[in-house]
Amino acid sequence: MTALLDALRDQFPVLDQTVHGKRLVYLDNAATVQRPLPVLHAMDTFYRESNANVHRGVHLLSQRATDQFEAARVTISRFINARFSHEIIFTKGCTEAINLVAHSWGGANLRPGDEVLLSHGEHHANIVPWQLIAERTGAVIRPIPLHDSGELDLEALRAMLSDRVKLVGVKHVCNALGTIHPIEEIVRMAKSVGALVLVDGAQSLANVDVDVQALGVDFYSMSGHKAYGPMGVGALYGREELLNAMPPYQGGGDMIRTVSFEKTTFNDLPNKFEPGTPNVAGVIGLAAALDWVAGLDSASIKAHKQSLLDHATEELNRIEGVKIIGTAAQKAPVVSFVTDFAHPHDLGTIFDQHGVAIRAGHHCCMPLMKRFGVPGTARASFAVYNTNQDIIVLIEALRAAREIFA
Amino acid sequence: MNLNELYQEVILDHGRKPRNFRLLPMATHTAEGHNPLCGDQIHLMLSVRNGTIEEATFDGCGCAISTASASLMTEAIKGQKVEDAEVLFRQFQEAIVANGDTEPLGVLECLIGVKEYPTRVKCATLAWHALRAALESEEKSATISTETGEVIPHA
Repeated sequence: MTALLDALRDQFPVLDQTVHGKRLVYLDNAATVQRPLPVLHAMDTFYRESNANVHRGVHLLSQRATDQFEAARVTISRFINARFSHEIIFTKGCTEAINLVAHSWGGANLRPGDEVLLSHGEHHANIVPWQLIAERTGAVIRPIPLHDSGELDLEALRAMLSDRVKLVGVKHVCNALGTIHPIEEIVRMAKSVGALVLVDGAQSLANVDVDVQALGVDFYSMSGHKAYGPMGVGALYGREELLNAMPPYQGGGDMIRTVSFEKTTFNDLPNKFEPGTPNVAGVIGLAAALDWVAGLDSASIKAHKQSLLDHATEELNRIEGVKIIGTAAQKAPVVSFVTDFAHPHDLGTIFDQHGVAIRAGHHCCMPLMKRFGVPGTARASFAVYNTNQDIIVLIEALRAAREIFA
Repeated sequence: MNLNELYQEVILDHGRKPRNFRLLPMATHTAEGHNPLCGDQIHLMLSVRNGTIEEATFDGCGCAISTASASLMTEAIKGQKVEDAEVLFRQFQEAIVANGDTEPLGVLECLIGVKEYPTRVKCATLAWHALRAALESEEKSATISTETGEVIPHA
């Protein structure tokens, strides 16, 4: 594993630097992961050799750009095992993907009194779009409770289900606590009352296997930059018949078939939902990232990340005054904690001086923080390139903080 | 600058044992200071009579820097004329963003080191913005956010 890991780390030039005179230990991967050379190379090559607008020109470069753009759609659809590549809609990120569903599907289908069930742990990106649409449609949002471990209370969900429930929204992997939610089971339960399921997959592509058909989900939103791809690109998976029935979300060029001032007709999937010039280099970078992830030895990477999580959990539990928030049986390599000696924000500053980058705060999950009675947490999240040595530095930094404050 | 200069003993002391950390039932002016980026929340309460701040207290939750800043501020403004507190607000604000020399601030100087840590400046100024909001608002209570800087009077 060590040789493999060294070779792997070499693919991430950004890691090879010092901050405040210390080796950079990057443990903020749930916020954004670093990009490997093949992703940087793919984007650079696009701009150097193929840059042109897609779906428009008759010239060679435009054809080349369009081919690469559409090949990327196929790559992503295969990565999550969608039935058709036109079930993949490119967006500027996971947030936009959820907004698309809330506004297009929600705007057309939600009626006064209809219910949208969201887990109490949702990211603001899977709460606020629904609040905006609920205000317009008269639908009601109800939070699904969590256990103290951070796991979804499935019994409570069962009791909340009725024919008023039109959609259940839950994230696959919790960015704040790391919990991996049992999507298949949630889908089975939701289907029993005819509700659709939207899964926020922001953290998924880098951390769990995603097979949208096996999971049975209706919508699955994805982020590029949390999956070793670039920022400013993401995607929505939606089942073909749902997407076909949904009205456009935004209007513009490329999403139309004919336009006149009397009547406009819309393009087919996926173009119907992709107005304007897309982030072509970003999409190509995302496909390169997923190819790169697919090329890794999945079993040993999984074992490596699990051992990082176990190591960090064990070390943190050994420090007096430290409490880990989120103790689910199934977790992504994320460890969120609070201490009785320092506020997460102060920890973040002290860690930074040790070269350690973590996230401190509410992680865009204010209802979740309230549920656990904390203003925020310190969060260390790991990626394939992190090492046991990184955890040793993290723990040293935490002991130093304890020295200062305790 | 090293961490010991940021986390000086005065700051650690006020962070651990904030002074004037209590509710003030007879408050005449209050303001809610909120930093949406980190979740810090400070509720400042003032009792102003005849142009003098007779009492200043706060509660809420925040990091060591924001708690210490609020604690030191309430100590500094207690017994001061409103105009003098406003001058102090401006001097503190200037000192924390300026590069050159500024007015001496006494014990409050310990907070000025935070300017070496740009991401933490808002922690140190949160209570001060709440002070300005409380004093400026026509209403009895106001809300201030570090992100908008606008004073929103409560309905």
